Amino acid sequence: MSSATSLPGRVWQQGRYETLTMLRNGEQLLLMIVLPLIALIGLTVTPFLDGLGPNRVDVAAPGILALCTMSTGFTGQGIATGFDRRYGVLRFLSTTPLGRAGLIAGKTVAVLAVLAVQVVVIGGVAALLGWRPDIPGAIFGLVLLGVGAAVFTALGLLVAGTARPEATLAVTNLVWILFGVFGGITMPSSKLPSQIAGIVGFLPSGALGDASRAAFLHGTIDVPAVIVLLVWGAAGGFAAVRWFKWN
Amino acid sequence: MKRVLAGVDFVARAGEVTVLLGVNGAGKTTTLECAQGLRRRTGGAIRLLGEDPQLATAELRARVGVMLQEGGLPPSAKPLALLKHVAGMYRDPLPVDDLAERLGLREFAGTTIRRLSGGQKQRVALAAALVGRPEVVFLDEPSAGLDPQSRQVVFDLIGDLRAQGLGIVLTTHLLDDAERLADYVAILDRGRIVAEGTVAELLGTATHAARRLTLRGPAGLDLAQAFPAGGGLHVLEPSAGHYQVDGELTTAHLASLAQWLDAQGIMPTSLELGTQSLEDVFLGIAEASAAQDAMAHKEKSAHREKETA
Repeated sequence: MSSATSLPGRVWQQGRYETLTMLRNGEQLLLMIVLPLIALIGLTVTPFLDGLGPNRVDVAAPGILALCTMSTGFTGQGIATGFDRRYGVLRFLSTTPLGRAGLIAGKTVAVLAVLAVQVVVIGGVAALLGWRPDIPGAIFGLVLLGVGAAVFTALGLLVAGTARPEATLAVTNLVWILFGVFGGITMPSSKLPSQIAGIVGFLPSGALGDASRAAFLHGTIDVPAVIVLLVWGAAGGFAAVRWFKWN
Repeated sequence: MKRVLAGVDFVARAGEVTVLLGVNGAGKTTTLECAQGLRRRTGGAIRLLGEDPQLATAELRARVGVMLQEGGLPPSAKPLALLKHVAGMYRDPLPVDDLAERLGLREFAGTTIRRLSGGQKQRVALAAALVGRPEVVFLDEPSAGLDPQSRQVVFDLIGDLRAQGLGIVLTTHLLDDAERLADYVAILDRGRIVAEGTVAELLGTATHAARRLTLRGPAGLDLAQAFPAGGGLHVLEPSAGHYQVDGELTTAHLASLAQWLDAQGIMPTSLELGTQSLEDVFLGIAEASAAQDAMAHKEKSAHREKETA
């Protein structure tokens, strides 16, 4: 008689499959690894971040790692899920023992696995460039990156589950660029034009960027930023559960 | 909320092929989706292996294989890698290599699903539905896009599954599929079942008798005169010069037809004897149901007029 693999087994299977799919996709690699690396090097060789920390890479790296969570969770998963939805892949997988909950859990595993690869690669390059994060702060920082990845994944799935895949592709890429440059994630609000500096702290990008810099750079917890991030996560998660369409 | 299905009652048994037959938009896919638990129904009851599909557990889903109409396969994946992935969701899946062999997937094993033909994709989707050794399989339009050879492979496989005692529910808009595969047919039209039974039963319930003579020749003949009056035959000229005679035809009828043609000096261009096909039943039912709807509509508007008067 037919029976299902255990729940952890199914989630692991799906997580591994999605991780490999993401890492094998050229466009995804560009978004997840190459562009953040270019931004990291750019911010290290230019004077944009001068005066905020002991040296440029110490200020740049936490923001770039925060940007990575947006690449993987929001844009990467958004686009992949949008097209999987179009092709009926979500529907098919939800008829297998994996089910809908297993599918979401598998995606979470994949996002965290890719994030781990990003932290190793980008953190490694940053270390070569002289990054020396605050060690206790870095532990909280890594937890924060995980939370940020979850928040951006919820938002990415919200877009993927409600818009057409072409629209999801356009929106998640555009938001990635806008938030990446002006959203307070790589550039702290103090370095942004005054018209937007006041609001970026309320964006998920600004909140994660600020909290990440506070942790890695100063070894502190930016409580207001963490709260803003959690509120976005709760709202995004609720909306995704409420409005996500499987077909 | 729009009511999509009403009065769709049927039982699909183990070891049988149950065919939902209907034109596009008749409600076949919606029916399957409700049975698979993919779509929330607003009323009625469905039991899948004794459980409510809407509350399906992983264990229930493991016993049911699904092939969706659009396939549901990721375009960037390669067929065997995808099958191995799906197989990983089951404790004791079929060996992927055997399944690939049986369905002829080896010849395009290295090609991404995006680049496969419609028929090749169908075969991969069928393999994905079967890899978990299901007890029940739902196949939405399994013969769509298949060339005659793949169609034979798929039909043989469906026959084997039936012989192994699986319950198979499939949809099709092709009467030929139903005639070749079905143990039980439910004909769907605009969201309801308008006829059901075995193929033989459906042919028996036809409004015309099961034998038909088709003749082609000059237009406008009074062909009814060729047969003795009161013989229970039904003579029609559906299009100019094309005649149909339905009824319990006997050799005496043929003799009198030949005599009459000879007397008139008419040589038909074609003369054919046959039985009625499922297609005739299907078209007859569709026509009757359309007429019924038109009548109901008329009554409704008459009623409305009365109310406003």
